[in-house]
Amino acid sequence: MAIEVNGKVFETDEEGYLADITQWEPGVADIMSKEDDLTLTDEHWEIINFLREYYEEYQIAPAVRVLTKAVGKKMGKDKGTSKYLYALFPYGPGKQACRYAGLPKPTGCV
Amino acid sequence: MSTTKKFMYVNRKAPYGTIYAWEALEVVLIGAAFEQDVTLAFVDDGIYQLIGGQDTSGLEMKNFSPTYSALGDYDVKKIYVEKESLEERGLSIDDLQHLTWEDEDEDYAEKDSIQVVTRAEMADLFADSDVMFNF
Repeated sequence: MAIEVNGKVFETDEEGYLADITQWEPGVADIMSKEDDLTLTDEHWEIINFLREYYEEYQIAPAVRVLTKAVGKKMGKDKGTSKYLYALFPYGPGKQACRYAGLPKPTGCV
Repeated sequence: MSTTKKFMYVNRKAPYGTIYAWEALEVVLIGAAFEQDVTLAFVDDGIYQLIGGQDTSGLEMKNFSPTYSALGDYDVKKIYVEKESLEERGLSIDDLQHLTWEDEDEDYAEKDSIQVVTRAEMADLFADSDVMFNF
């Protein structure tokens, strides 16, 4: 499978995750979210960018529980809740936000 | 509510010659999501997994050593390294990565995760666990 962003083609796996994380650019998240009928706000980008930083540091996409805790520590307790994150990413903050961020599916996500 | 079991993951192999080390790490991260009592042991060549400053560029393999630093986020706080295995390879704990976890009850104080134990102490830890995974 593949998606097209501004004339550039990006390979994806069968679940829609980017095949090569190094290819990612913000337009990828825009196209993917459009397909889900979602408009990305600054709050969405805050999480997407956080996930990319997490991957950069640890080389894994965090499990939802770990993401929730880490977001709470970095951005404040009111954002570090599964309610807040699921409101932004209704298909699951792990799966959906990681996909937009170009990361692989979170380890332990079934 | 199910009862918590003591899971012991034993790492015996060097990180990049086989897939065991990376697979073990993934299993640990998955298992930790189920909030079990998780302990990691590094013995024999397994201690090479924790060596600091790894560079895999010549191997064309992903350097997954930074992922060990995420274990604290997954509430994995007990990492035991066998003293004899270090000595047999001319290594000390200073050659290993510094792994920590944050204690939420003490204002996120950073605490060391790695402890060096003797072979005899390691045997006691094995005997005390409910489930063992060998990699």
